[in-house]
This record gives sequence, structure tokens and C-alpha cells, in this order.
Amino acid sequence: MRIKLIDITDVIRSKNAGPYELTFDIMFKSLDWFEKVVAADAINTDTVCRLFQLQPDDVLNIIPFKPAKAIKITIKRPLCSGDLGETDVYGAQQHAPLLSLELNLSV
Amino acid sequence: MKEPFRILSAAAMLGYGFPVESFEAGMSKHPHLIAADAGSTDPGPYYLGAGKSFTNRTAVKRDLTIMIKAGLKAKIPIIIGSAGGSGAKPHLDWCTDIVLEIARDNNLHFKLALISADFEKSRLKDELAAGNISALDPAPELIVDAIDASTHIVAQMGVEPIIRALDGNPDVILAGRAYDPSIFAALPIKLGYDQALALHLGKILECAAICATPGSGSDCMFGTLYEDSFVLEPLNPIRACTTQSVAAHTLYEKSNPYMLYGPGGHLDLRDCAFIQETDTSVRVSGSRWIPATPYTIKLEGARPIGYRTVSIAGARDPIMISAIDQITEAVSERVADNFRDLNWTYHLRFNIYGKNGVMGVLEPTPSTEGVHELGIVIEATADTQDQADTICSFARSTLLHYGYPGRRATAGNLAFPYSPSDISTGRTFVFSLYHLMAVADPAEPFPVTFKDV
Repeated sequence: MRIKLIDITDVIRSKNAGPYELTFDIMFKSLDWFEKVVAADAINTDTVCRLFQLQPDDVLNIIPFKPAKAIKITIKRPLCSGDLGETDVYGAQQHAPLLSLELNLSV
Repeated sequence: MKEPFRILSAAAMLGYGFPVESFEAGMSKHPHLIAADAGSTDPGPYYLGAGKSFTNRTAVKRDLTIMIKAGLKAKIPIIIGSAGGSGAKPHLDWCTDIVLEIARDNNLHFKLALISADFEKSRLKDELAAGNISALDPAPELIVDAIDASTHIVAQMGVEPIIRALDGNPDVILAGRAYDPSIFAALPIKLGYDQALALHLGKILECAAICATPGSGSDCMFGTLYEDSFVLEPLNPIRACTTQSVAAHTLYEKSNPYMLYGPGGHLDLRDCAFIQETDTSVRVSGSRWIPATPYTIKLEGARPIGYRTVSIAGARDPIMISAIDQITEAVSERVADNFRDLNWTYHLRFNIYGKNGVMGVLEPTPSTEGVHELGIVIEATADTQDQADTICSFARSTLLHYGYPGRRATAGNLAFPYSPSDISTGRTFVFSLYHLMAVADPAEPFPVTFKDV
């Protein structure tokens, strides 16, 4: 089953976690969707690398957090926040590619 | 059994404001402490480096006036963390000046405690040589040059320096750079409440009503600490704390929601339970505190890298848009060639909105296909303001009149929204330190001074 991430979530956001890391929070509409996505390992290092043109080493962790029905992704910031070449000091507008992500949930 | 310890968190950031009605609702619940966090590294390195606040003075004075008057009347302490935004000396001085002005304006008299968080460069070099400073991955290893080049270096204090200040029975405490939860947790920990619960409650209260739904950075939040749990409740009838909203906040701005690292250890939240207490309040239990040996504090520093000038423009011509990369490259070459005899070191960038202006290298579709207009920010950073002005000005005029292949619009390539078109933004900074330092005594680096106002 293919499904759009945007259709099964309430929140998709990005923000700095300190000046060297960028973190994404994906909060699902229901515990059922959260568990389905986690069980299918549908959001993994490969997915994140593909979405953001990253190498696997750039993906620091992907952690399911059941109390918030959420999956958290943390990556290395391409630049330390505010370095020359910066485009988003707070890191609050880096989530957009996740909005168009489609997942394959056939376990 | 201990009496529950009650805390009023005024706002997510001192100066972000809060409705007086919410604050008064909080005061009517007889809190033992009023606190607000005033700092963050989120706004970037400039504020720490330049010694400026990222919040507005009038807005900070407004919030502090309400908090100080209410705290003095109720005879409970008011604690501000990371005063002035970045919590270095100029920031602490800025906030102290506001507090003294409030005292004069309102004929108030009280005991003020100030906790500094600055580090001498000589000390840091000694600590580095002694192997007490380590990089916080993925930050690079610290070198002496980074220490020397920094304008301000601070560390985030834990609860210990604030407890030392509280020992002097002040009415108001202004702390320099502080780990956000410290200002909420210090007093209950001093009184013997559970450290893990106090810090976890502080971690949530520091963002005030952001943990409610609908969330807000400019509204109050109330926390009650029990021996085995704590309860969060909003003070504005339009908001509710739900298990989802509180748990969601646990994710905010950190890399791992189960392990929250701070001065001297970390909170382990793997066994936490979030329970809906009433329709609008949530009870949290099960937080654990895992102390670390040695005790480490996080250093933050910023160093200047020159001066910046920017120019903002737009482009609507489809021929220009389709060739934007070649055009900006040619303009960069023209700039370099024109000033090559001066041997300046500068950074010239054309940030193209409509292509990859927001996401840079992370952008999956860095293309202008189908785009009908572009925003262009020309940025020049150089060793002096005059050099930055020169490079930006020359790049702007060259881009404006550059004759690219196929051009029809020979009168000009750019739409400028402003006159003057170029903006000198002054000194520019980058983060230079983001490292851990081991300390023998967690209070020692953060000296406390008292002042009778």
C-alpha cells in the first residue's frame, strides 16, 4: 500500500537542535499509523538520504517516540548555523521534502 | 509528605509577552517561584558575538515589571535565565540595567543576585591544554585560535550556581547563560524535591505555553511538582495541556527525545508516563536523572569574520531566469577581475529564492523550471565594511546591466524594492565554540554577586 505521509500526519516540522544539528519531527494522526510506519521501517536512513541528498553518515538518528506518536529524524547541518552560506538560521523551513514523501507500507 | 512546589513560567522567552490575565491566574494559585528563560542560540551567532540582545528592550521591561512587582508582593523569588539572550557580560549588564530602571520607576527595593557565565580566554587555554575540553559531535575539535578570536565565551550553568545564589536569599536573580531548565529546577532541588522531576518539569516550563494546544510562546504555564510526579496546566482558558501536546514538546529542538543531556548528566525519559489528569492538565512521572562523571558544562562562543553588505532584488524576465546560474557566475568573475589588484579576501554569494534559496544543498529540486520570478539576495562579506560595501555595490551594478546571451531587456536585469538598494549589516559572526568542559565544582565557574537595589 502506498500512502502519502502528509495524509497520515498532523505535524511535520524541522528545527535546529543546537547549531550543528537539524531535527525533523513527524507526528502521526493515530497510534495505528505510527505503529504501521514503524513496523514497515518505511522511514529509514535511505529515505532520508534520498530526500535531502545526504550520505548515510549525515543521518545521526531516526527514533520512534511513542508518547507523541512521532518519528524523529536528526541530521548533521550542512553548515554550522550562521556560517557563511547559511540559508536558514533557525532551520525551520527544511521539512518541505517530507510533505511530498510517499511511503510503501506493504510489510 | 512534602507540600507540592508550584512554579509560574511567565513566557517562553522573556520579552515575548504574556496576557496579564494568565499571569494573574497563575499568581492566584500561590506559586513558590516565578521564572522565565531569556535565551537561545537559535537566532544564530551574531547576538553572542556582538553582545546584543535579540529581544526588544521595551518588551523585556514590560514583562519584567509585571513579574518583579508580583514576586515582591508575594515574597517569592523571580529568576531569569540566560539574561539578555546570550547570557554573556554585555547581555547580563543590559538586563541588569532594565531591572534597575524598573526599581527606580516604581520605587521598589529588593536584593538582586547576578550570576556571571563568562570565561577568561587564559583559563580556557589552560583547560584545553589540560585535556578538559572536548568537541560535542559533530562540532570540530577546539583549537587555541578559536578561543583567541572569540569576542564572548560563556558556558551553560546547571542548578548549582543558582542554588548558591538562592542561599543568599535574593528577591530577584539574573543568571547569565544557563541551561534552560536550571532556573526552574534550582529552588525545588535545593528544597529536596526529586532532581529528575524538577529538571524535566523545568525542561517543559522553559517553553511555557508552547507545550499546550493551541501552543503559544507568549503565554504563561503553571507547573506543580510532587514527590513522585509533576502536573502541567495552562492559565489561559483557550488552551489545554494534552498528553499529545506535552509529549510532542518533549521532541522540540533536541536530537533524542528519550535522553536529554544537560550540565552534569542527562534525563532518561524512556520510562516516562504522560497521563491526562483533567481535561486541560497532564501528569508526568517516571523521569530519571543519570549523573555523569566528570561533570561537564557546555561552552558557547562566537567570533567575528568580517563585515557584511546585502542587496535585495527580484527578476521576472524568463530569459534571465533560465540563465541565472551562468549570469551570476559571470558577474562573480567580473567582480574578481575588477578588484584583483587589491588582493581582498571576500565572500560573494547570490542566494536565489525560487531555486534553492531556502534549502541550499539540501534542496531536492534546485531548478528554476516553471518558476516565473526569482528573489535574489546579493551578499558580500569582507574584512572591512568599506570592502563589503564595495563588493556588494559592484556586484549589484554589474548584475543589473549584465548583457547575457539572448537578452531582450537591455534597460536593466533587476527589480529593486528599496532605495538605497544596498544594506550594510555591520560586523558578522560565526559560532566558534560549542564544546564540553569538565569541571570539578559546577558552581565555581559562575560567580554570584549581590546588590541591594
